[in-house]
Amino acid sequence: MTRPKRALTRYTTVNRVNHWINAILFVLLVLSGLSFFDPILFFLSGLFGGGQWARAVHPWFGCCLVISWIGMFVQFWRSNLFNRDDAAWSKSIVHVVTNDDENVPPIGRNNSGQKLVFWAMTLLIPTLFVSGLLIWEVYFGKATSIPVQRAAVLIHSLAALGAIFVWIVHVYAAIWIRDSVRSMTQGYVTPGWAWHHHRKWFYQLASGQRVKTEPRKNP
Amino acid sequence: MSDLQSQDYVRRSATTLTPPMARNHEDQVAKLIDVSRCIGCKACQSACMEWNDLRPEIGHFEGSYENPNDLGPSVWTLMKFAEYENEQGNLEWLIRKDGCMHCEDPGCLKACPAPGAIVQYANGIVDFISDKCIGCGYCVKGCPFDVPRISKTDHKSYKCTLCSDRVTVGLEPACVKACPTGAIMFGSKTDMHRQAGERIEDLKSRGFEKAGLYDPAEVGGTHVMYVLHHADKPSLYSGLPDEPRISPTVRVWKGILKPLAVIGIAAAVIGSFFHWVTIGPNEVRDEDEAEADRALREIEEEEKTP
Ligand code: HEM
Ligand code: SF4
Ligand code: SF4
Repeated sequence: MTRPKRALTRYTTVNRVNHWINAILFVLLVLSGLSFFDPILFFLSGLFGGGQWARAVHPWFGCCLVISWIGMFVQFWRSNLFNRDDAAWSKSIVHVVTNDDENVPPIGRNNSGQKLVFWAMTLLIPTLFVSGLLIWEVYFGKATSIPVQRAAVLIHSLAALGAIFVWIVHVYAAIWIRDSVRSMTQGYVTPGWAWHHHRKWFYQLASGQRVKTEPRKNP
Repeated sequence: MSDLQSQDYVRRSATTLTPPMARNHEDQVAKLIDVSRCIGCKACQSACMEWNDLRPEIGHFEGSYENPNDLGPSVWTLMKFAEYENEQGNLEWLIRKDGCMHCEDPGCLKACPAPGAIVQYANGIVDFISDKCIGCGYCVKGCPFDVPRISKTDHKSYKCTLCSDRVTVGLEPACVKACPTGAIMFGSKTDMHRQAGERIEDLKSRGFEKAGLYDPAEVGGTHVMYVLHHADKPSLYSGLPDEPRISPTVRVWKGILKPLAVIGIAAAVIGSFFHWVTIGPNEVRDEDEAEADRALREIEEEEKTP
């Protein structure tokens, strides 16, 4: 990996592998799930070997996604806790979306938008999991009453739509904020990127790294 | 049932275009089950197994004449026995032949996501084209009568076909042919209405004031109808729904949710795209790198000086 000298590590290898497992599973779930959602999209089931296969495999992808998300949660929950900076940052959302960054207050490792994506998924994935189990005909078809299953399938499609919406915003944000994709593929950002987008994190890292590598002689 | 080049569809599951329907000059058919004439002999149940080559697994005795205990992938019709003590304190044995009602507005078909897995012919029969079924169980959620059953072996949904294969060639359903008391009748829906009218008049004259026809309007009427002695209380007959209708939950799920989804997702995609076109990417400039370098150097300096 060609990595500039002063690059800052944003995501470790474990972070990145987990994230991309998560992303692949999510895409597979969206494609197979949408094939049941609307007749126009039924052709998507062909990607999985036909309707029967798509139906059979979708819930298993879902189970894998839950495990993968537990990994994501353990690694990222701490950096996604809301703090005082989020209030100020959120208030300047108009400046954020118009790239008017001079007027956006400095923020830590994650901004409020990133935190919202994290917590939305933390809410939606377990919702999808539980409602998905209730409508899993093969194993749980007789486990609950039909009215419960009707409610579950409605909740499952609503939650799926919510998750797809959040996911589109998430993907676009990654494209919009240049070089953030590299942080998730190669793991690093340049100091300028950190300075521009996450200034408090930049300072935290700059002073922290020094402390780690050469401890101060005088406290 | 199998799909014998049907060109008489009026409905086809998960289909946005008009299904083949040129050969639609058919009478609406109906099966009329006169509960008051049924003696519970199960000849119809046996005939169904015989004609359709179904052999359900032998189960266990559960203290009731019902056998097997429930409809299943290979139990398409089932005699249900209810013991009811009437106002006079007398016992009435209410026996009902359970199975698919062949709804005019079938909830199973509305819910099904697989194109062509459920169809309705011009004669009103609702048929499962098992070949196209994906085994998701959505029809179970759509049906107001708790009828479809999914096989654990082949993951296909099954139910009564109203002997669509026999009816197509001008025969009556096997159960109708087998019934020794003439409690099951078959013909055009208008004829069956007339037959039912005569039976109900007769029952009323014999003291069953509430006798009537079960042809629930909430699902647009059904192509399997009952003459009931207690038409005011269908639920007495082993839970026949008093007001069967496609659940509002299913209507929301298969109704307004779809346009809502298109609007939501399209808004996100189009919104993002035009944000890109109008405002564009947020790039790190050289000044940022320079500022960051300066800041890093400052921190270094600071830490060197005590
Ligand atoms: C987390 C675990 C999940 C489980 C256990 C699960 C399970 C299921 C099941 C059992 C079905 C019915 C079809 C079938 O039997 O395959 C279904 C449908 C569906 N799933 Fe999932 N799923 C999960 C996650 C997801 C995710 C993450 C998405 C996408 C964001 C998703 C989107 C859908 C959609 C759109 C449908 C069709 C709903 C409809 O017909 O309206 N699922 N899911
Ligand atoms: S189980 Fe088969 S018939 Fe029933 S809704 Fe699913 S695809 Fe349609
Ligand atoms: S009774 Fe159930 S399975 Fe039969 S046509 Fe009506 S909705 Fe479909």
